[in-house]
Amino acid sequence: MPDDVATRPVRLPDDRWHPLEIVFWLGLVTAFFLFPGYRVLGSQILITGLFAVSLDLILGYAGIVSLGHAAFFGVGAYTAGLLAVYGWGEPITGLFAGAATAAIVGYGTSFLVVRGHDLARLMMTLGIGFLLFEAANKAAFVTGGVDGLSGVVMWKLFGVFTFDFAGRTAYLYSLAVLFILFVVLRRVVASPFGLSLIGIRERSRRIPAIGAPLRQREVAIFTISAAVAGMAGALLAQTTQFVGLDVLSFSRSAEVLIILILGGAGRLYGGLIGAVVYMVAQDILSTYISAAYWRFWIGLLLVAIVLVAHGGILDGATAIYRRLTRGRS
Amino acid sequence: MVAHLIGVLFDGISYGSLLFLIGVGLAVTLGLMNFVNLAHGAFAMLGGYSTVLVMSRYGVPFFLALPVAFVVSAAVGALLERTLYRRLYRASHLDQVLFSIGLTFMAISAATFVWGPTQQPVRVPSFLQGQVQIFGLDFGAYRLFLIGVVVVITLALGYLVERTRFGAQIRAAVDNQQVSAGLGINVDRIFCLTFALGSGLAGLGGGLGIEVLGLDPTFPLKYIVYFLLVAAVGGAGTISGPLATALILGVFDVAGKYYVPEIGAFVIYALMIVLLILFPSGLFGRRA
Repeated sequence: MPDDVATRPVRLPDDRWHPLEIVFWLGLVTAFFLFPGYRVLGSQILITGLFAVSLDLILGYAGIVSLGHAAFFGVGAYTAGLLAVYGWGEPITGLFAGAATAAIVGYGTSFLVVRGHDLARLMMTLGIGFLLFEAANKAAFVTGGVDGLSGVVMWKLFGVFTFDFAGRTAYLYSLAVLFILFVVLRRVVASPFGLSLIGIRERSRRIPAIGAPLRQREVAIFTISAAVAGMAGALLAQTTQFVGLDVLSFSRSAEVLIILILGGAGRLYGGLIGAVVYMVAQDILSTYISAAYWRFWIGLLLVAIVLVAHGGILDGATAIYRRLTRGRS
Repeated sequence: MVAHLIGVLFDGISYGSLLFLIGVGLAVTLGLMNFVNLAHGAFAMLGGYSTVLVMSRYGVPFFLALPVAFVVSAAVGALLERTLYRRLYRASHLDQVLFSIGLTFMAISAATFVWGPTQQPVRVPSFLQGQVQIFGLDFGAYRLFLIGVVVVITLALGYLVERTRFGAQIRAAVDNQQVSAGLGINVDRIFCLTFALGSGLAGLGGGLGIEVLGLDPTFPLKYIVYFLLVAAVGGAGTISGPLATALILGVFDVAGKYYVPEIGAFVIYALMIVLLILFPSGLFGRRA
């Protein structure tokens, strides 16, 4: 809102936690106790949420459209999975290893991505995604190819908590990782660096004019985003103790994009809300709609979001919230 | 050895000309409307299914089924352009991508619902089956036919774009929409007609390509990279750009699958990245 800028003194966004944010996180904790039968699904929602948050960093903040974000998710997943298969099943270091390799791949590819305009970026990310998928597919002697990577054996978390089939450790572990990363990223996007990303999204040509290095910032956020996606992938590999080829697939890239748009891009929470809504809906509807037709409704939903409900769930909710609070005062 | 090389080259060229036929419509949408239409492959798939349907159910011969494929895809394209696509010409690329991914998903599900997930067979006329001997070398008859069709269509398109009034209007609209509209060109109508033409050609390509590309519900996703490459690297407003790109793609893809089958589709994705690095604004340059 332009008049806000004019009337308020220029400062960084305030960093206090909104009550709704605290409610949200407490809700994720209570869900653990309320739905003990759904902890496996819950941990996958958290992981997908983290993946969507990583996409939000480049798409929602810096405005880089990616159609191949699963590349980094998959690299992280295979790194953690392969480490465990070849005898190092320690979860925390595996997680960081996943993030590190994804960050390296992300840094390397970022130069290819950021140099072009929208369309070139789109195709470059698409190409990188397909390339890695095909590489993993053909390198079956390492990755297991279409059969997936099995034999992932995780050690106990901190030497204490076993990864059980009920998803107890998986849920709490995923939640802890998600929360810690979220706190860090929440700080990052509220920093001057984060604001410059929004500047890139809004008017990339003017960013060099205020003295901020455009390409450098884009490379930085792309690398961070890849690292977070890699961590999400590593989490999935560790908690499910399996890596399927689909971690690198185009469907996964498209799905995470849909989840983010459904939730609302450009505000970190969008990815999380989107993941909760999307995956819970998928779980409930899967009894009524077979997987082949689920895509039809997702497609319709996408078309509807673009044409009618621009901004996703969070924008809609914010509009309602603003109206309610304005009515009260 | 040389015979092999010629065989691969020939297969690659016929494959590439098919990619051109399907992809040229996308190049026009991209250049003229600046619209990233990831659902373009769905129009090709629609053409393919129309061909199969009229042939198997109504016993229409192959050569009459192809024009049907063109007309059906063109009509659906025009309808969608009027009702949905035109609302998004000024939207961000992200919105266009989401919208067209949504359409693609719907098309895939609908095709699975109607025709099932299996490959559809097509029976081409008997004189197009088998091999033809030219200078002692064997060539696939159908592939020769394919190249012939695409040569004719390319010449017709070239004539349309370079020599006719309609073609001049398209070129003007690609160059500058506002000025064209100011000169009295009905840009809206041009958009609709070119979109329909592009979709129709994709449909025709889909019908012609069943023999080569196959036809199942995942078609639009499987080949979208190829079509996008033809459009984005080839550039818009010309016929030669997409044609050259499509031929390069076709030859490299066939050669890759023939000589280094271990790495499979890897070649084509690597080529895609190399082409994008070398020609960020299209093979023959493109307006900013």
